[in-house]
Amino acid sequence: MTKDTTAPEDLLGLDHDREARFDSPAAVADALAAHRYLADESIASVVYLADRLIKPVLVEGPAGTGKTQLGKTVAEALGARLIRLQCYEGLDESKALYEWNYRKQLLRIQAGRGTDDAQVDWHELEGDIFSDEFLLTRPLLEAIRSTEPTVLLIDEVDRVEVETEALLLEILSEYQVSIPELGTLTATQLPMVFLTSNNTRELSEALKRRCLYLHIGYPDIERERAIVLSRVPGVSTALATRIAEVVRSLRELDLRKAPSVSETLDWARTLVVLGRTEIGDEDVADTLHVLLKYQSDIDKAAKELLGARR
Amino acid sequence: MLELLSDFVGELRAAGIPVSTTEHLDAARALVAVDLLDRQVVKACLAATMVKDDAHYPAFDTAFEIYFSTVSRAAALEAMGEDDDAADAAAAEGTGGRGPRGQGGGASSEVDAEALAAMLLKALMDRDHASLAEGARLAVSRYAGIEPGRPVGGTYYLYRTLRNLDLDALHAKLREMAVTEGGLAPGSLAERLAHDAASGRVEKLKRAVEAEIRRRLVEDRGAVALARSVRKPLPEDLDVMHATRDELAALHRALVPLSRKMAVRLARKRRKGHRGALDLRRTVRHSMSTGGVPITPIFKPPRPAKPEIFVIADVSGSVASFARFTLLLVHAISSQFRKVRTFVFVDGLDEATRFFENAKDPTEAVNRINTEADVIWIDGHSDYGRALTLFDERYAQDVTRRTSVLVLGDARNNYHASQAWVLEDLRHRARAVYWLNPEPQGYWNSGDSIISAYAPFCDRVVECRTLRQLEAFVGTLA
Repeated sequence: MTKDTTAPEDLLGLDHDREARFDSPAAVADALAAHRYLADESIASVVYLADRLIKPVLVEGPAGTGKTQLGKTVAEALGARLIRLQCYEGLDESKALYEWNYRKQLLRIQAGRGTDDAQVDWHELEGDIFSDEFLLTRPLLEAIRSTEPTVLLIDEVDRVEVETEALLLEILSEYQVSIPELGTLTATQLPMVFLTSNNTRELSEALKRRCLYLHIGYPDIERERAIVLSRVPGVSTALATRIAEVVRSLRELDLRKAPSVSETLDWARTLVVLGRTEIGDEDVADTLHVLLKYQSDIDKAAKELLGARR
Repeated sequence: MLELLSDFVGELRAAGIPVSTTEHLDAARALVAVDLLDRQVVKACLAATMVKDDAHYPAFDTAFEIYFSTVSRAAALEAMGEDDDAADAAAAEGTGGRGPRGQGGGASSEVDAEALAAMLLKALMDRDHASLAEGARLAVSRYAGIEPGRPVGGTYYLYRTLRNLDLDALHAKLREMAVTEGGLAPGSLAERLAHDAASGRVEKLKRAVEAEIRRRLVEDRGAVALARSVRKPLPEDLDVMHATRDELAALHRALVPLSRKMAVRLARKRRKGHRGALDLRRTVRHSMSTGGVPITPIFKPPRPAKPEIFVIADVSGSVASFARFTLLLVHAISSQFRKVRTFVFVDGLDEATRFFENAKDPTEAVNRINTEADVIWIDGHSDYGRALTLFDERYAQDVTRRTSVLVLGDARNNYHASQAWVLEDLRHRARAVYWLNPEPQGYWNSGDSIISAYAPFCDRVVECRTLRQLEAFVGTLA
């Protein structure tokens, strides 16, 4: 840490000497918007903070609201490499962190045996087979060792068991990985880390404490309209407005699965492909299945929204 | 500023949001890193660093609105510079900034009722936030009749203002204007959308009025005092038996994610722990890559038996909402049980399993129980003794060693006979008998509550007043 840092940096208590990636929350919003991701104020603020405080971001919210997309877009906007770890039940350290390539190690040992001086110094051999050459890096280690700027996306972290979560803690708070045979590997550059969760279980306090928390809910009507306009080519402003209105009304209903942003976009694309410039009652009735995924929801929505007709 | 922040953290903790010291520090660091003059950014920062559960957002929002309500630009700077009492500074700034038109009763003569209504209508139509806020300010001055110094949370003021504004008429007018303007056919999609749009706008007005009332109360009594009056328990800590309609709705919303989480947790708990038998085929197949040496043995996934649940629920008026939630939760995670059978009673007893069988939505089934189940025998007052006897006659033979029996009720027996022998008998037949009582433990055995007569024959008698307690209990079942 250099001594001539400005006062706020000292107050932040940061011991990493580095340049800020973004100047302000507004700059984040602009950068993301340039890559067609419309961030609201809280998204932009949290991404900005994540950069300033060097903390991972835990993103929660309903499916299809752009949690994973946020990580991807930040990577794009920074021109950084995206390293993605998809979590699943049963994920372990050999899939997430690193693994020794034991087949190659076996080969190395056997290759040594063939020659005359078969009894080479075991210590030399041991040092040899536990070296970088025989180390298979998995996403987490990869993100730490990478020399270029990196965004690490840990997707659906709620799918791993509570015990496996502990694997993440060291890397999330210290940006380092300890390997018994090699010692501690510290990050050469600090990756931005995003974790997403669909909230199928309560994450541990230890994990939550290390992260900034961001909840991405359904957007309000103006933002949804803007999202449709920016992501669906060929959609007219009037159509986008109407789409956002219908979706808003649908979310007010008590449905098993409310339409998400990604479903709104699918619907908008469908309507554009069908060549509609406005939405009549029939269009809604015919295309509701794009928005809603349960027959009971479709029936209910048709009855509520188009009630008098049918 | 730091003092204001620690007061705020204190308030969050008092409201039930767990904020650790590290998180407090993070929040302070975050505030250094951002522009304090941007209220939304400050709010996002505080939320990101200290609130780690979206169910806690409403409580956070309320606290934030109170603690940072009138802190205008100047006041924020001032509070940063010196350790002034932040609320005082804020209050002073707030009144100064809003020009000569004061607050309180004096303002009531400024605008007459129709002009105010017209102004609000126009503001809503044009989505003009500034004039909406101004309208809300005038409305509160005119109708709320705020009495300085009264230790209240403002619900009554809100009610008074909204009643005078006549939101229903406003809503109808908004919709009508949209319909006539666009020439929309009645019953069409467009008309429905106009209706929803009107609802959204009226909701905005409501919130503007609420914010205005809150702001004035903060000016009057200071943030700390007001926060104490408006503090509400988190949804999971609400007392189910005495919840208001809004609180019940909140509980309902909390129930869905809760049951999903529980199902996942229980399924995992069952699969974990002990492994099944060795899977020879896969072990040998796997050993190929290590030259035929079976380095990693592979086991078959274990398939332990699922428990069977019999729920016997009192659905009389006093405990109906509790029975409702418990039934919803148990059925929402019914895939974790081999079988769930439901019996409901007041002074008669009826099996309600059939309502759940074909229902896509457990809520619908619970509603049908309330209207269709045959549970009233004579007078519709709970009679635990008779209900238990009936259960013993009709269904007791179905109870086996795999069955857990759940009795839901407050054991207020209206001075009928207890017939506790039925439970004793059930306990011999079943794996376990549990009694869930929605009353606070202090009230047990007072008046006509005879829980102590049943308690000796239950494996556990559990106080179950909140969703949190209910969740903890159901977690131990599977």
